[in-house]
Amino acid sequence: MTDSKRKLLLPVNRTLRTVEGMMDLPIQEIVFYLFSLVMIAAATGVITVRNPVYAALFLVLTFFSAAAIWILLEAEFLAIVLIVVYVGAVMVLFLFVVMMLDINLAPLKEGFIGYLPVGILVAVAMGAELLTVIWAKDRFGEGSFPDPVAHAEGYSNTAAIGERLYTQFLLPFEVAGIILLVAIVAAVALTLRKRPDVKTQIPAQQVRVKRDERVRLVSMESESPDSGRGD
Amino acid sequence: MLTLAHFLTLGAILFCLSVAGIFLNRKNVIILLMCIELMLLAVNMNFVAFSRFLDNLDGQVFVFFILTVAAAEAAIGLAILVVLFRNRGTINVSELDDLKG
Repeated sequence: MTDSKRKLLLPVNRTLRTVEGMMDLPIQEIVFYLFSLVMIAAATGVITVRNPVYAALFLVLTFFSAAAIWILLEAEFLAIVLIVVYVGAVMVLFLFVVMMLDINLAPLKEGFIGYLPVGILVAVAMGAELLTVIWAKDRFGEGSFPDPVAHAEGYSNTAAIGERLYTQFLLPFEVAGIILLVAIVAAVALTLRKRPDVKTQIPAQQVRVKRDERVRLVSMESESPDSGRGD
Repeated sequence: MLTLAHFLTLGAILFCLSVAGIFLNRKNVIILLMCIELMLLAVNMNFVAFSRFLDNLDGQVFVFFILTVAAAEAAIGLAILVVLFRNRGTINVSELDDLKG
């Protein structure tokens, strides 16, 4: 039904017409293209800006846009995990390290222009190959897969993933926990350093101490209170 | 109508950008780590899209594990970076040639 026809059908009720007009808006497409553009622009920012702090902040924007697109794909749990874990923890760690290190930026950008042609060449060639695979013969295009069905009311993406994780994928889940534990231990062990000038307690030696090491009895002549004074 | 190809294209573009980033910033270890994060994000995008269009949650579980490993990798990578900077005073990749014969 074209727009002019609808105007003819509903000439009086303006509000109804606007509501119907809004229904026709391709909300999903608009959201997808909007966040895709933001995401690609932010990713371009990550690889081109001089300052690593700005690169980290652009990476945060990229992750936010990706989370929005994942919500569009009805992967709500992963979208929130992406924001909480990645933006909240990993990117803050990145920012922390970037700001803690006193980096001389000038030599790090050397050769940027020199590598630009080959970088663009490789990226364009690779992109062309990938896009050929994706779009050739309409393998993944319209009609290749059944349209995704909307889930029933009350469906919880988090509960469904949790059910999978704790039944079918229980062993990988436990292994993931061990990997994280190893990462913690490795990170602490790597950055731990012994500094000889810092005074620390050694509890083992404190417990093992003997009386002789703390108290020394000396035999000496008894002295009167005023014998040591000069007058 | 959004098809699977749209999301795969987005992932492909993101992956190509991160590969170009590795070429352009080959002096700066921090940006290299960020480009690896971008690559993982592009792969995750494909996983989530396939999971949605095949109506199979296994893809999302896989993304969960990739996120776990990526977090561990980032933590260890940044720890190595801090130790490197403490010992050498630089993070310039071209100066890290001690193993060169």
